[in-house]
Amino acid sequence: MSRPGTSLDEKGVEPNGDPGVHLPLFTSAHPETTTLLSAYDKDTHTGKVYLAGREYYSEEGKTFELRLVGKIKQQLSADPTLRPEYPPSFGLTEFTRRATEAALGKSSRAVVENRVLGIQTPGFTAAVRLGAELLRHWHDVCPDWCGPVYLSSPCDDSLPGIFQAAGIQDIREYYYWDDRQRDVCLEKLLEDLERAPERSVVVLSASAHYPTGADLSQHQWAVITQLIMRRRLFPFLLLPAQALCSGDLERDAWPVQYCASQGMELLCAQSFSHCFGLYGAAVGHLLCVLKQNCLLSSVRSQADEVVRSLWAEPSVGGAHVVATVLSNPAHLVEWHGEVRRIVERCMLIRNILKERLRLLGTPGCWDHLTQQGGLYCCTGLNGQQVEFLSQRRHVYLLPTGCLNVSAINGRNLDCVAESIHLAAIG
Amino acid sequence: MSIFSDVPQAPPVAVFQLTADFRQDSHPQKVNLGVGAYRTDDCQPWVLPVVKKVERLIVEDDSLNHEYLPILGLPEFRSASASKVALGDDNTAIKENRVGGVQSLGGTGALRIGAEFLRRWYNGVNNTATPVYVSAPTWENHNSVFTDAGFKDIRPYHYWDAASRGLDITGLLDDLENAPEHSIFVLHACAHNPTGIDPTQEQWKKIAEVMKRRNLFAFFDSAYQGFASGSLEKDAWAIRFFVSEGFELFVAQSFSKNFGLYNERVGNLTVVAQDSDSLTRILSQMEKIVRTTWSNPPSQGARVVSKTLNSPELFDEWKGNVKTMADRVLLMRDQLKAKLQALGTPGTWDHITQQIGMFSFTGLNPKQVEYMIKEKHVYLMASGRINMCGLTSKNIDYVAQSIHDAVTKVQ
Repeated sequence: MSRPGTSLDEKGVEPNGDPGVHLPLFTSAHPETTTLLSAYDKDTHTGKVYLAGREYYSEEGKTFELRLVGKIKQQLSADPTLRPEYPPSFGLTEFTRRATEAALGKSSRAVVENRVLGIQTPGFTAAVRLGAELLRHWHDVCPDWCGPVYLSSPCDDSLPGIFQAAGIQDIREYYYWDDRQRDVCLEKLLEDLERAPERSVVVLSASAHYPTGADLSQHQWAVITQLIMRRRLFPFLLLPAQALCSGDLERDAWPVQYCASQGMELLCAQSFSHCFGLYGAAVGHLLCVLKQNCLLSSVRSQADEVVRSLWAEPSVGGAHVVATVLSNPAHLVEWHGEVRRIVERCMLIRNILKERLRLLGTPGCWDHLTQQGGLYCCTGLNGQQVEFLSQRRHVYLLPTGCLNVSAINGRNLDCVAESIHLAAIG
Repeated sequence: MSIFSDVPQAPPVAVFQLTADFRQDSHPQKVNLGVGAYRTDDCQPWVLPVVKKVERLIVEDDSLNHEYLPILGLPEFRSASASKVALGDDNTAIKENRVGGVQSLGGTGALRIGAEFLRRWYNGVNNTATPVYVSAPTWENHNSVFTDAGFKDIRPYHYWDAASRGLDITGLLDDLENAPEHSIFVLHACAHNPTGIDPTQEQWKKIAEVMKRRNLFAFFDSAYQGFASGSLEKDAWAIRFFVSEGFELFVAQSFSKNFGLYNERVGNLTVVAQDSDSLTRILSQMEKIVRTTWSNPPSQGARVVSKTLNSPELFDEWKGNVKTMADRVLLMRDQLKAKLQALGTPGTWDHITQQIGMFSFTGLNPKQVEYMIKEKHVYLMASGRINMCGLTSKNIDYVAQSIHDAVTKVQ
């Protein structure tokens, strides 16, 4: 996690003099450090458990495609009207329409007033990157505005790098997860945002916060948005796993609708990977809600320029599937059914884990396990305890003490519960 | 008060504006010679038969892994792109384990990742002043990609000679000689876009000699391999020659045209490093760059390409499909030239058959182009560039006559 003001990126290595014909050209490019996953891969213990994965895992421990998605892919592959041509730079129109609807609801005033731009992107990271690029290009206070951007503590560790890659170096944190309370600490969050300079960008998770799973309540949203408007901050909302909290796309996007209804300008990055099991397809979306519709065409043209030099056009396969499902009532019913099963299984695992810890007599309060939503869960274990888990128990959590609940199943539940218990009492 | 209040309107991209105008036009004989995508003789996009076959295989494959692809992309795709396509199976650099790949969002994505890497790690650290040379003319997006990657000094190198309607090799070699050491040169591997003029093998040898001597970096853009001459090997000759001369280089490969996978965004940045240690370090930094751009690339297109390249029968079938496309283009070139000569259209038209690939620089001036569009409803780029694939047996007479009229009536 970044500390305010520090640059996370390039090491300031001096080049080894003039690379002539005989030296390799890129001598100053050093290799990156190994990841948690490589440590897990190297671990030879038979009962090792990896709880830090990004995808939803089935009870069998595998990622899978929704049955409906498989069917739709078959249909699409036989569809003679689908032509191999470059798609528009903003992606498939039907997809962006549905993705926008999924975030803002069907009767959004912003959409009716033509103040909304929806851009299909090759995945969630790409959506965040595009949003970051747009912010940097357009901030009207001063042409060289370069932040700050506020990220929650903790947050997805790739976020700082994405904003920096877009040219925004000033990345800061706002207080979010409180280890003692094992929940969001609104008071401290508000304190940090109160101090934020005007025009700061605040990145907020709309639902299924990664990596803690702790989301803001409606009341907390009301308070925070008041502050944002008063301090003239810019909200960038994240929906990396839309639908995995409540089982419903629009319900998970309630904060987006709320902000829009307050007349706010905002960006929102969405991903449909999780709720469709389309991980390999890179189906993302960037939503831009403007205050006035006269700005739409210039913002659109600038966004087009940015997209063209990043990836030119997004890939269509996954977007076709999503658009097909979302525009067909029968498919929607079937899709809801499958997503609900995923959501229910996650809730069940949370409940079972909490119950196990209670039975083991694990000290502390574990209510937060079931209060949080989505795929991820912050246990509240500290760095030492997390290390104990990986080194001594071969159970791998994220360094922040967060884990992917879907990776817990019948075969490893005992080990996981026992390990957490030992870490907590240890 | 919106933070976007001062956003200026950006100009539309010319080639897409052209297509938009074409769509609005209701003239029955309108012809679109703008956009760079393959069309059949019925003016339809073409799903390659091998692609259709492979897509079905993929859809029916239950054993497929549905996870995020690794950041650098599908491993089988990355290695096959380099070995089967860009460099050839028996390439020494591959045997020496110093060739790698980064799966990218089309050729554009590959160029961008390569450019971002060079800006960070080439010729010093974060040296945005390194000059980047692009051909005059070139694909318009080259400029934007390198500029947005942070390079401040993008310059043209001599390429198209309007007088001879050929390559200005003297000017090109001069520019190479006078370029600051370590400058980056974006080279079109074959089927130069937009002119269709490629250096001969002898000319490539001269270019390589100067580049080696002056320590210039070769960044190949290879969007039409196989499509230009019908032969993968022939179209990759320049790349392979440079590699055999010991260059460390990048190749931004696109499979949009030669696989007809425009909408799946399949590209690969092939990296040829001096040794495998270098390669490892380079790829690790590439991974960092990709992580903040799209993180995990889409799998569909890469699976199609990989399955095709890695199966001998499918690979042969694909080469056949590519030759079909290339042959149609060659036929249209022959016919257009023949018809212009038969009409007695003033000027020489040999360049139409001398140029290769999808595009031809007709040599029509902007006034003549405007005439073609407004009076004849034949849409082409202001530069005089036409997409040969837009020509069909049904419209070629009309187009030839239109060019004849433009040349004789408009100066």
